[in-house]
Amino acid sequence: MGVTIAATADEAVAGVEDGATVLVGGFGLAGMPFDLIDALIRQGAGGLTVVSNNAGNGDVGLAALLKAGRVRKVVCSFPRQSDSYVFDELYRAGRVELEVVPQGTLAERMRAAGAGIGAFYCPVGVGTPLAEGKEIREIDGRAHVLEYPIKGDVALISAHRADTMGNLVYRKTARNFGPVMATAATTVVAQVTDVVPAGEIDPENVITPGIYVDRLVRAEARRLTVQGAR
Amino acid sequence: MTATTTQSVEHTDRGPLSTDELAARIARDIPPGSYVNLGIGQPTGVAEHLSADAGIVLHTENGMLGMGPAATGDEVDPDLTNAGKVPVTELPGAAYFHHADSFAMMRGGHLDVCVLGAFQVSQAGDLANWHTGDPDAIPAVGGAMDLAVGARQVLVMMKLFTRDGAPKLVPACTYPLTGTACVGRVYTDHGVFATGPDGVRVLETYGTTVAELRERLSVDLLP
Repeated sequence: MGVTIAATADEAVAGVEDGATVLVGGFGLAGMPFDLIDALIRQGAGGLTVVSNNAGNGDVGLAALLKAGRVRKVVCSFPRQSDSYVFDELYRAGRVELEVVPQGTLAERMRAAGAGIGAFYCPVGVGTPLAEGKEIREIDGRAHVLEYPIKGDVALISAHRADTMGNLVYRKTARNFGPVMATAATTVVAQVTDVVPAGEIDPENVITPGIYVDRLVRAEARRLTVQGAR
Repeated sequence: MTATTTQSVEHTDRGPLSTDELAARIARDIPPGSYVNLGIGQPTGVAEHLSADAGIVLHTENGMLGMGPAATGDEVDPDLTNAGKVPVTELPGAAYFHHADSFAMMRGGHLDVCVLGAFQVSQAGDLANWHTGDPDAIPAVGGAMDLAVGARQVLVMMKLFTRDGAPKLVPACTYPLTGTACVGRVYTDHGVFATGPDGVRVLETYGTTVAELRERLSVDLLP
């Protein structure tokens, strides 16, 4: 299936169902798909499981989705930050469930989903509360914990530029989870600052090949940084 | 006066190290040419003491090698941050990669050194640095467990005692663990320690002596 270039972000996120698992790109605000999240809030799907590195910053992006009450569960590595007050309040009120996953394991679980791997053994987390209840196996003299893939119904990611084939390039550390999430969801939606004709991105420079991308929409980059970061 | 016992150097002619002096002390132990990850918080300060000609390459787990200093003024680019989400700069020869690759290079043993902060380190090198275990605290681990397991050498930078005077180098951690038997060296304001299966060896002291530390710590310090 080829890529659809949507006229609006609303069109790009159409069809997300209640209870869906949504992979949301970004590390803090770098690579956060702001326009797609705003459109998802307007679209109205609720009871969502959101998989993302963080649990929102300030009042924008993922924090806005949480604030709108659409999220049932957050799967992330680092929810608590200087400006994660929206999540903090919901969590303390018992209104959102949290699964904390080591950052690399989070990425690898999505990579496994996208690569057709059934599960994998990983040394990270052994002997810690995050491995409790999970199968442990010793491999080559070292204990490993069994980790299962995380597959999304939808991935919302932000990239720098696309071509009309859906090939994506990213910018600097805003790349973060985009290429992995693009492989791991049934429907992959990318917001990009520009869509250029096929052939204008050097094939040697493509980071996410268009085969992974279902829908594109143009959106202006928002120059936001995390407040109080250290 | 500086005294040397069989294995420990006692710097008694001065007080404990300041945070900046501690960062400089750690920087001296990072071999030239290393690939290094500096944890969020105080370890970030180690970068300021690395010699420019040492060829040390900084890794940031959000997806970059060749990270430069914090960005200022017009250099600030929201697409370019460190793991603490602070805007940073890139050095010539920098490389960007996605998260799964970034942690693969860590777990795969390609990263030479990481420097992490800690709540507690046990005498066997267990690390606790992500969660106080307080039921009201929101747990957040980030890349701490991946770094603890993945880097070839894990160095800890911390104060030796809490504000209440409780030692943070302990026989066994009481906080939830980040990783087991992963810390090789603990750099503190009062001394530098080697941790491992045999126990704790004091390498250096600052403003105190091995004998005094033996009184204040409940871990067995190897002779």
